Amino acid sequence: MREIKGLTRRFGDRFVTSGRVAVSDRKSGAPALSVHGLSKRFGDRVAFQDISFELGHGEVFGFLGPNGAGKTTVVRTLGTLIAPTSGSATVVGIPLTPENGVAIRRRIAIMPESPGLYLRLSVAENLECFADLYQAPDPTDRIGRALRAVDLADRAGDACGALSKGLRQRVALARALLSDPQVLFLDEPTAGLDPVATHDVHQLIDELRRRGVTIFLTTHRLEEAERLCDRVAVLDTTLRTIGRPDELRERLFAKTLTVRTLLPLPEPGRVLAGLPAVDGWRQDGRAVYALAVSDPAAAAPAVIRALVKAGADVLSISESRHSLEDVYLELINQHEEANRR
Amino acid sequence: MNPNTRRVQAIFRKELREYRRNGSIVSTMAVIPLIFVIQPLIQVFALPASAAAGLSHEHVLLYLLGIPALVPAFVAAYAVAGERQQGTLEPVLTTPIRREELLLAKALATLLPSTAVAYAVYALFLACVELFALRTVASALVHPAELLAQLAFTPLLAGWTIWIAIAISTRSNDLRVAQQLASLAGLPSVAVTTLIALNVIPATLGLALAAAAVLLVLNRLGWRITSAMFDRERLITGTR
Repeated sequence: MREIKGLTRRFGDRFVTSGRVAVSDRKSGAPALSVHGLSKRFGDRVAFQDISFELGHGEVFGFLGPNGAGKTTVVRTLGTLIAPTSGSATVVGIPLTPENGVAIRRRIAIMPESPGLYLRLSVAENLECFADLYQAPDPTDRIGRALRAVDLADRAGDACGALSKGLRQRVALARALLSDPQVLFLDEPTAGLDPVATHDVHQLIDELRRRGVTIFLTTHRLEEAERLCDRVAVLDTTLRTIGRPDELRERLFAKTLTVRTLLPLPEPGRVLAGLPAVDGWRQDGRAVYALAVSDPAAAAPAVIRALVKAGADVLSISESRHSLEDVYLELINQHEEANRR
Repeated sequence: MNPNTRRVQAIFRKELREYRRNGSIVSTMAVIPLIFVIQPLIQVFALPASAAAGLSHEHVLLYLLGIPALVPAFVAAYAVAGERQQGTLEPVLTTPIRREELLLAKALATLLPSTAVAYAVYALFLACVELFALRTVASALVHPAELLAQLAFTPLLAGWTIWIAIAISTRSNDLRVAQQLASLAGLPSVAVTTLIALNVIPATLGLALAAAAVLLVLNRLGWRITSAMFDRERLITGTR
């Protein structure tokens, strides 16, 4: 197993990655997911086209995109529920073909967007059915652990129809954990959850990552993707971009220092222009200046020295971070503009 | 393909639990058989002792085979269309279960209560006849051969109806439409059993053996054909 960053140690039969992206398999050297030129059409309608990426074991991968971008169809395709029109993929090292459907589904789990629980059955009865479908060894213990993981151990006897939307979502998550999957597809796992439950789900995802489970996370919550994901991809029928959130920010936006002074500078151009590592500047408020810089660590001391020398009272200087939301919106806007042209 | 017993049992158990807690299914399974029983019972109670001689040449009780030919249709139509409607089909299909196993489990889960209801209603009918009909009428009405036919053909007819209903359910987008079509599809079997009961089609041992063999083959074919009709992609995406 090759690891890009961080330490790796054995944990039972799993590798545990304490750092970030692990890119290859524990045994065979194959990635957890490998997708090459995959496309799906429904008649004349293109659901997604020519997408390629690879995921390592223990990686949390965020799959973002607007409604109708094809995210759920990609998940269903990789989950062997629907057949691709063209392209190829391997899931947990197994080629994605109709003959391998059962073998793949044994090693993965999918939590669909809608919980899809049997509402007349109790929580435990729902999970019992799925534990048997996955042929889980010691199902009672497995169900107990899954329920404790989503903090629902005391609701095992409740009918699913009597649960709130958020609790049903947690039962669906517990169901996805029953098979002890190597790759877990989560389609909007925190939709409808309150902040505490959302926090618990995030902790659970972190825990699964530590246990080496690869997580394919489809979400509209960009702060969630930023908080959880090692890498993200933006899909809008075609794959718009893929990379670590930091990389995407750097790729799309210049680095910026924001300087606040007590009073506006009388001649900001004379103070700020020509400083080392400062590529340009603009005034963003009465006494706020945004400086485009190539290296914030090199630029900041020079900027402060120049401001002090000019007699300015510096209130703050900070590096502006573009959020993943900024990245996402920029990419979608670029795509829409390109389509208009 | 050898079905995996644990996966089949998982769906079988789940289906029985769901049926038991589904008021509309329980009431359907209770009401339809009563419709089949009430009218013949009234007729039998009204028969004079002189009618007994004529009865011994008829097969009135075979009319009750209409119950296994019709009752399972309503329940089996729910098998796929119902799951689709309540959004539970996709999670099941993400598990390692094969379509053949899923459909077999659903068919067995419908067959068991349908057969049990048909036998129970038949037993109730016989009990009523023995207790309340005239002694001569009762002894002329109940033939051991018909009892055997009832025991043998109930699961066979129910099985055939179930496969037709599940086939309709896999292709239908609406549960109510599936149930209506499935019950219509059960009518030819009801017609045949009624014609035999009325002696229009003579009930002979040869006919019974041939019918049993045909039904056995149809049941086996029903499983295979229905499995082939079960298209994951169409069922999940509603396309194709």
